Amino acid sequence: MEYMVNIPIHLLMIAIFPPLLLGVINRTKAFFAGRNGAPTLQPYHDIIRLWQKGSVFSPTTSVIFRAGPVLTIAAIVAAALMMPLGNHPAPISFNGDMILFAYLLGLARFFTIAAALDTGSSFEGMGGAREATFACLAEPALFFSLVVLARISRSISLTGMLNDFPPTIWFGSGAALLLMVGALFILLLAENCRIPFDDPNTHLELTMIHEVMVLDHSGPALAAILYGASLKLLLFGALFIHITVPFRSGSFLLDWCAFTGAMILLAIIVGVVESTMARLKLTRVPQLLIAACILSAFAMLLVMRQTS
Amino acid sequence: MNTFADQLLVLVFLLNFMVLGTSRINIAIRVVAVQGVALGLIPSILHDFSWHLFLISAGMIAAKGVIIPTLLTKAVRSIGINREEEPYLGYVPTMLIGAVATALAFIFAEQLPLAPQHKELLFVPAAIATLLTGCLLLITRKKAISQVTGYLILENGIFIFGLLLADSMPVMVEAGALLDLLVGIFVMGIIINQISQEFSSIDTSRLTSLKE
Repeated sequence: MEYMVNIPIHLLMIAIFPPLLLGVINRTKAFFAGRNGAPTLQPYHDIIRLWQKGSVFSPTTSVIFRAGPVLTIAAIVAAALMMPLGNHPAPISFNGDMILFAYLLGLARFFTIAAALDTGSSFEGMGGAREATFACLAEPALFFSLVVLARISRSISLTGMLNDFPPTIWFGSGAALLLMVGALFILLLAENCRIPFDDPNTHLELTMIHEVMVLDHSGPALAAILYGASLKLLLFGALFIHITVPFRSGSFLLDWCAFTGAMILLAIIVGVVESTMARLKLTRVPQLLIAACILSAFAMLLVMRQTS
Repeated sequence: MNTFADQLLVLVFLLNFMVLGTSRINIAIRVVAVQGVALGLIPSILHDFSWHLFLISAGMIAAKGVIIPTLLTKAVRSIGINREEEPYLGYVPTMLIGAVATALAFIFAEQLPLAPQHKELLFVPAAIATLLTGCLLLITRKKAISQVTGYLILENGIFIFGLLLADSMPVMVEAGALLDLLVGIFVMGIIINQISQEFSSIDTSRLTSLKE
């Protein structure tokens, strides 16, 4: 019975919830800047507005440019089906799905970059090159963290690792987990192009990464990209929250509420980080990502040693 | 209480990486000070209370946490240099080498014929990793004052190794080591000042050529 209710809630969560996170982040930033800011539901309006518009395709682009956003969103949604949300098993779960999860996100990134290169604009090519470089550095950190989780939970599927994450682990191997949480937070900001790494608001500066790759998309394609980006934030946020807030009430409705609350809190934290930090110099970004890799690798070392 | 000591040692590992990654000398000095304080707390946590251990702890915290950092900060201020501009090896490569060295320290510690009660603890890998970090700093940094921080970290590594025997280590030995260190830092401070007056820089790579 509970299973029958949870899967629709999971799907509903994937479909409706993500843009709210962007709204909350923007609201927090506006609060820190002393402005009123856009309404919290603005991202929904943006997506609906873009969806109703027509598209312009440059004659120099090929089918890859049109396929890019579609494949990206398909890959991210497929990944979202494997990530357990709110203390419930994910709709799809099998041994080794953590690898598929990581590489579905990789596939999404690949098609974003391919579509950017397809326009033939040197500006977008530059963004693609940056995205690829930073992704190379961020991926080991994600995998080291997943290995830590697999080792702790003795399971190699995301549902097995994250669902029913026992709070007692924090007493046993708190140091390793703390290192990993640090690495995951850096990863969350880097993967979602948030401020110390990339500024999601600029469309002008030469230091931007993600925004420059989607400059040529318009209409429904841009709506899909916007929604995909917010869904990716939800996925990384869920990974982060499962570990930091191992809250289990028993009642499934309460669990969903707790998850939603924790997610919004995380969005506020991201907003605070964005308001209080300046973006890093582009040459410093790899340094921070390598620090994240070292943190998670070290966490892995500690966990391996403890249980061997 | 061993788990708490282990957390402190994890902090020590992290501080190693911070020193390797930072280009600001002031931050490096502060990080080394925090590391000294963290290490100073460990003997009191690890063993039952005794005046002997209390003295070791207090001496360590006073020397490494207060006196030496103050001396070094003064030296930095009087020279007016706050950044290690061009180390022999960049910050990212040194951090990576530091990470590899840490991993090797863990592997090496597994191989050592340790007493069974020390086998599970982090002390031996922490000691070796900290020693290697100190060496790495001494080798890769050009400014004399960064090399002093490297030397301090090296000494921290030796102290971690000594912690395993803290119960039977006479206070006089520890006090002697700390006094040596203090005098060493003092002398280094004077030398650094001399170098900076003579060459208007504390870049040690300039000391390789002789002048009339």
